[in-house]
Amino acid sequence: MTIKLTRIIMGMPITIEAVGTNDPEPLEAVFNYFREVDLRFSPYKEDSELSLVNKGLKPKDWSGDMKLVMQLCEETRQVSGGYFNINRDGYIDPSGLVKGWAIDNAIKLLKTRGLSDFYIEAGGDIQAEGLNENREPWAVGIRNPFNIHEIVKVIKVSGLGVATSGPYIRGDHIYNPVNNYETPRGVVSLTVVGPNIFEADRFATAAFAMGKGGVNFISTLPGFEVYQIEVGGKAVFSPGIEALC
Amino acid sequence: MKKVILGLGVLGIYAVYSLGVRHQRPVILKPSSLSNVPAKTIATGSNGSANNSSQSSSNSGSTSSGGSGSSSTSTSNGAYQDGTYVGSAANAYYGNVQVSVSISGGRITDVKFLQYPNTHPTSVYINSQAIPYLKQETIQSQNANVQIISGATFTSEAFIQSLQSALSKA
Repeated sequence: MTIKLTRIIMGMPITIEAVGTNDPEPLEAVFNYFREVDLRFSPYKEDSELSLVNKGLKPKDWSGDMKLVMQLCEETRQVSGGYFNINRDGYIDPSGLVKGWAIDNAIKLLKTRGLSDFYIEAGGDIQAEGLNENREPWAVGIRNPFNIHEIVKVIKVSGLGVATSGPYIRGDHIYNPVNNYETPRGVVSLTVVGPNIFEADRFATAAFAMGKGGVNFISTLPGFEVYQIEVGGKAVFSPGIEALC
Repeated sequence: MKKVILGLGVLGIYAVYSLGVRHQRPVILKPSSLSNVPAKTIATGSNGSANNSSQSSSNSGSTSSGGSGSSSTSTSNGAYQDGTYVGSAANAYYGNVQVSVSISGGRITDVKFLQYPNTHPTSVYINSQAIPYLKQETIQSQNANVQIISGATFTSEAFIQSLQSALSKA
């Protein structure tokens, strides 16, 4: 018995699959949570709290979640040596952290509802808990950045987060995955496996900004693994990835 | 000055990268299909990189300035109020992290770590002394059944395809 639902929230498909239940209610509760996060942190909604912050809302008037996210962004900037930075052209956009943070909270929400075998996938970022229908760790494919219909690596995870960063133009909607791959940095896909999706996502974002050095940064973090695909189809990865295959 | 430091940082990271690649034994792996790989129990903590950090410790220190240069970048366009603010301790899986932030002229001028996990000193976290040990392979399409796919959040064409693919499985 499993249940699997997909909703479009925050401009991306969010999928939740749970084993051992067919009750949609906990999943719908999580979708509602993502909608709340979107209302608060959307950089595209003019009345979101984030938009108010960018219009000068004082920190003392920020919600608890806004304060927490801003603090986490600053900490991430510090531990990444400045590579994680939410300040772009004077505009604050913490999207690189909010998604992972929200998935992590959603995981906790499902656990408090008594679920133990499930995953949440939002726009390619994943946290998988427990086991799948066949009582095995969840199989996660890493998408081929040169052909999105293919996968090039399969890792099996349970109780871990998996996040992939790649080159794209946020908000511009003109990115061409075929012709625009060759960035000056030479990295086309960087997947981070971490203790949870929040950690994996924020460090994937930071490491991608580092270019080819990103794989080194992640590989020296305890509890993290990395699989980086470079222009030309070469993959460089931490040895711990093999233990997940 | 910041640009110089950043430049040095980038160079440092490239130096570490090239050292890491040169010191490793290149191992070309044949990607194996899912069907012939036995299922394994997965531990949340890998010792892959930790085990190898000691092998290359003689090379440490050469890039310690890399990446840590910018410590006073503003993250606001002047919306912060001046003063020093202490954040609550946040659990970062490896221990609690707590920082204080000093704001002057609406800009962040200093961030101090009040709490940091003893097991992983800040310096290790930011500028690892370890030379990374990495492996390489040529990517190859896999014919495997997977439940979930991880990929970058592409916009436009890729997004729509991901959307369709997600919905088709829903």
